[in-house]
Amino acid sequence: MSLQDSVERLNAEAVNSADRRGPLFAARTKIHPKRAEGAFRRLKWIIMAVTLAIYYVTPWIRFDRGPNSPDQAVLIDLASRRFYFFFIEIWPQEFFYVAGLLIMAGLGLFLITSVAGRVWCGYTCPQTVWVDLFLVVERFFEGDRNKRIALDKAPMSADKFVKRASKYTVWLFIAVATGGAWIFYFADAPTLLKEVFTLQAAPVAYMTVAILTATTFIFGGFMREQVCTYMCPWPRIQAAMLDEQSLTVTYNDWRGEPRSRHQKRALAAGESVGDCVDCNACVAVCPMGIDIRDGQQMECITCALCIDACDGVMDKIGREHGLISYTTLADYDANMALARGDGVTIDPARVREGGTGPLKPGVAHFNWRHLVRLRTLIYLALWSAIGVAMIVSLATRPRLESSVLHDRNPLYVRLADGGIRNAYTVKLANMENTPRNIQLRIEGLPDGIIALPGRIVAGNEATITLPPDQVETLRLLVSLPAQPVTRERIDFTIVATDAASGETSHSSAVFELPKENGR
Amino acid sequence: MASEKTADREIDELTGTPTTGHSWDGIKELDTPMPRWWLWTFYGCILFAIVYVVLYPAIPMATRATSGVLGWSSRAEVRTEIAEAQAAQSVFGDKIAAASMDQIVANPDLFQFAARAGRSAFLVNCVQCHGAGAQGSVGFPNLQDDDWLWGGTPEQIRTTIAHGIRSDDPDTHVSQMPAFGHDGILKSDQIVNVSAYVMTLSGLTPRFGITAEGQTVFADNCASCHGVDGAGNKDVGAPSLKDAIWLRSSDQNAIIAQITNPKMGIMPAWEPRLGPVAVKELAAYVYSLGGGTAPPATN
Repeated sequence: MSLQDSVERLNAEAVNSADRRGPLFAARTKIHPKRAEGAFRRLKWIIMAVTLAIYYVTPWIRFDRGPNSPDQAVLIDLASRRFYFFFIEIWPQEFFYVAGLLIMAGLGLFLITSVAGRVWCGYTCPQTVWVDLFLVVERFFEGDRNKRIALDKAPMSADKFVKRASKYTVWLFIAVATGGAWIFYFADAPTLLKEVFTLQAAPVAYMTVAILTATTFIFGGFMREQVCTYMCPWPRIQAAMLDEQSLTVTYNDWRGEPRSRHQKRALAAGESVGDCVDCNACVAVCPMGIDIRDGQQMECITCALCIDACDGVMDKIGREHGLISYTTLADYDANMALARGDGVTIDPARVREGGTGPLKPGVAHFNWRHLVRLRTLIYLALWSAIGVAMIVSLATRPRLESSVLHDRNPLYVRLADGGIRNAYTVKLANMENTPRNIQLRIEGLPDGIIALPGRIVAGNEATITLPPDQVETLRLLVSLPAQPVTRERIDFTIVATDAASGETSHSSAVFELPKENGR
Repeated sequence: MASEKTADREIDELTGTPTTGHSWDGIKELDTPMPRWWLWTFYGCILFAIVYVVLYPAIPMATRATSGVLGWSSRAEVRTEIAEAQAAQSVFGDKIAAASMDQIVANPDLFQFAARAGRSAFLVNCVQCHGAGAQGSVGFPNLQDDDWLWGGTPEQIRTTIAHGIRSDDPDTHVSQMPAFGHDGILKSDQIVNVSAYVMTLSGLTPRFGITAEGQTVFADNCASCHGVDGAGNKDVGAPSLKDAIWLRSSDQNAIIAQITNPKMGIMPAWEPRLGPVAVKELAAYVYSLGGGTAPPATN
């Protein structure tokens, strides 16, 4: 038995092979991905475990913020409009930090895509992760590719029913857990878990769980690659970020062609043969159901399972790994030119010693220097700049904020002694989770006298105790004694100072006077 | 346009779909069936509609719609929600009912709640005369300033709101300024002179009249209510004539008209309409505007 004959030939055809491409949309052909084994499959297992763990575990991490704040490390508190992320607390007016994070996520995607292609799709996209998880369950109950194909074709029987029912049950359990985990980001997780099971949680919680359960079950179990191909806009957007130096999963036809199902016989007949034995392993393992040997395709999520499958075959036939590999278009083009020589036909002898020996030294291989180039450096610089700016801003942002609104109705009030009084609505935000004593005074209005209904003002300065992590609304009255005034409005400043820390917040305000006052 | 119907329907060659037999300019209409899912959605909607009509008010009748077997109505739901809201606020309501005005003002939480509740009552009942910002207008007092006809302590404000001014309430504030000119108590030159004197009290310059003679007229006829120095008397609701605030106008002709045949405002008694709690809340709101004269509360 020759080396080549030891390779199993799989009956697989790509869903989008040139022969089958007809209308722009065709009814789905079910894909039964075969289990792959190798370095990239291991990487995918690890990333899957890490991402799932992050998703399910994060809401349960506790973080002690003291008595006045929730002790959940990551919490989106919609009711009181706060976002907690470990030691960072975001108020609604600081939502630009989230915008900054989104910009960083965008730039990060540009960076990683220009370096390593659509690896977001292949490894970390939730759709990919959950489809992978659902495939594990499917394989556990129904076996690998061939058994699943046979089961699909078989008429309904007790055995098939049990297998299907078990699979759907576990899928449903995963889907409910997925939908369930989401709501814990929005409320205290242990409390909410209890409420969910005692039917006391808010209706919106059950609605969210129901919707996410349905989408997880349907997208992960049934639609799978259709979501990526037809629903998701990312593939189109990400493809625009690639250039000839970006790594993409590539079938190296400069060493694979001409492919032959009977290498040994062809070699004996003196024909030239490439490394590809046309075993279709790369097609069988592909979760998108494509044939990478047709070239880069929109459907490819760059998950590299075909690389694992092909490398296994290369081991069996005694050839180097990398017939399918992460390769840049530049390297591919160089090697292709080498293999073609001056003509159009690929000749293995041009890239291999003696046609079947090791690859020649002139063949280009992956070089990490290709990844460091102007484009990636600019992305990295922008990404880092925003990150640093956000850290600096977070470290120096105010935790005491004031805002002043002049009462417009009426603009001013004439007092019995002829003086003029203006009223202001002052909002003081204590953004720390301890109570603070804030001194309130005015600057730029030397004769001005302040009053706060219901509060003591000593020497034109009022001390207000702000409750932790709250906004206090005050009515501030500012009076000017009767005097000839030539201006109709006077600009001044309302100053709030934390007596303990010295943190100060200034708000500019306007004092309005009656027009006839200057007469 | 030609139309033909046959018992055995023609099958379109290209699609294999039966035609309806309609043809326009040689183009034949295919009889493509509705998608199954569409039909089931449609049937589902019909079923939903039937169930809805049985359960809920749906079919309009002569005077009102059919009531539905659940007996649900949007008005009943609103009543339930109002009752729930009132029950939720009753904790504060009971405290306000039990507390005096000074106690309310001294308690920051209670004061804040009362003032906010009072503001909504003010915007419904008081803005028609006193304005949306409580700034008043000619003849209607400004509630933001520090001049009070009947006193500006929280309790005095509450009393005024509760019983009104010249209202039909037995405990209402009543004060009557004689119609000095209309009833012939003073002669017209005396009225002109006293108007001139009154203007000097608040530092205004009269355009005509003899101030010194007006002072005598004032002492004889006006000082009993408005005070010897014109500072007014809050016990009888007599306005201060020496401050910068004028309920109507500081124009001399307007002052003369007021002495000749005075206009006197009327405010309804609000306690019979709104109840004691709402009146206290209103008083707290008016006091919170900053013109009140009670001793300041603690922080």
